[in-house]
Amino acid sequence: MIILLSFSIGLIFGLGLIVSGMGDPVKVLSFLDIAGSWDPSLMFVMGGAIAVGFVAFRVGGRRNVSFLGKPMQIPLLKQIDLRLVGGSALFGVGWGLAGICPGPGFVLLGFGAMKGAVFVLALLVGMFIYEAVSRLIASPRP
Amino acid sequence: MSIDWSHFTPISAAAGGLLIGLSVAMMLLLMGRIAGISGIVGGLLRPRNAGDAMWRLAFILGISLAPLVYRLFAELPEIHIDSSWLSIILAGILVGFGSRLGSGCTSGHGVCGLSRLSPRSVVATATFMGTGFLTVFAVRHLLP
Repeated sequence: MIILLSFSIGLIFGLGLIVSGMGDPVKVLSFLDIAGSWDPSLMFVMGGAIAVGFVAFRVGGRRNVSFLGKPMQIPLLKQIDLRLVGGSALFGVGWGLAGICPGPGFVLLGFGAMKGAVFVLALLVGMFIYEAVSRLIASPRP
Repeated sequence: MSIDWSHFTPISAAAGGLLIGLSVAMMLLLMGRIAGISGIVGGLLRPRNAGDAMWRLAFILGISLAPLVYRLFAELPEIHIDSSWLSIILAGILVGFGSRLGSGCTSGHGVCGLSRLSPRSVVATATFMGTGFLTVFAVRHLLP
């Protein structure tokens, strides 16, 4: 049941990306190109999503369990550190290079775009490197 | 700066945004979780149990199959990937590594984090938008 629900939530997310035009990397890059001919559409995508999200977090933010009785897992971290800023900075450079972030990467995979598939593979490699590095740092040297 | 009126699509952008918001709301209110794509994918590389992997895979399958479902009802919009293979590979690695190090991407920080007014997400979003702007500026206007 949860599996089907999770699939549907992902599907709605993906449909939202296609409807909004954000599945097209060139459109995302046109947003990031403020010095060229600028396409502000991405602001409207975020505005629409945040309008609904804001209400959802007002409703759900104070609950201990979800409406299906699942524990609420909302991040509690408060500190703004080098990991947050450095990681986000690197992410932004990658985003600017191709105009693809993780969500649209999987949508492009579904479009059957070869470059979308390669992006997703590289994304997984990047995440794997992160896991390997953080394990290396966490474990004491033998 | 000049606005590209011929490609600016505020209505479909906002409509798609509302769908993304609905997905975020369902993930929070029903599953009790943040709809952050990098976190959901990254969790697969750090397996806890089979059930944990299953809902993550189902979500990713849902996103990936969206074009096929969309095609049942309407003609799919055209997509354009102009970046070189090398840029795509480098971009994927940076996006994967950076989003895990920074604990989120456009969905987790940009949509969910801003929705709940998280100061960390405001900083993260400003940072990745900033370096995104700078990267595109460098690639399109500085490099030959």
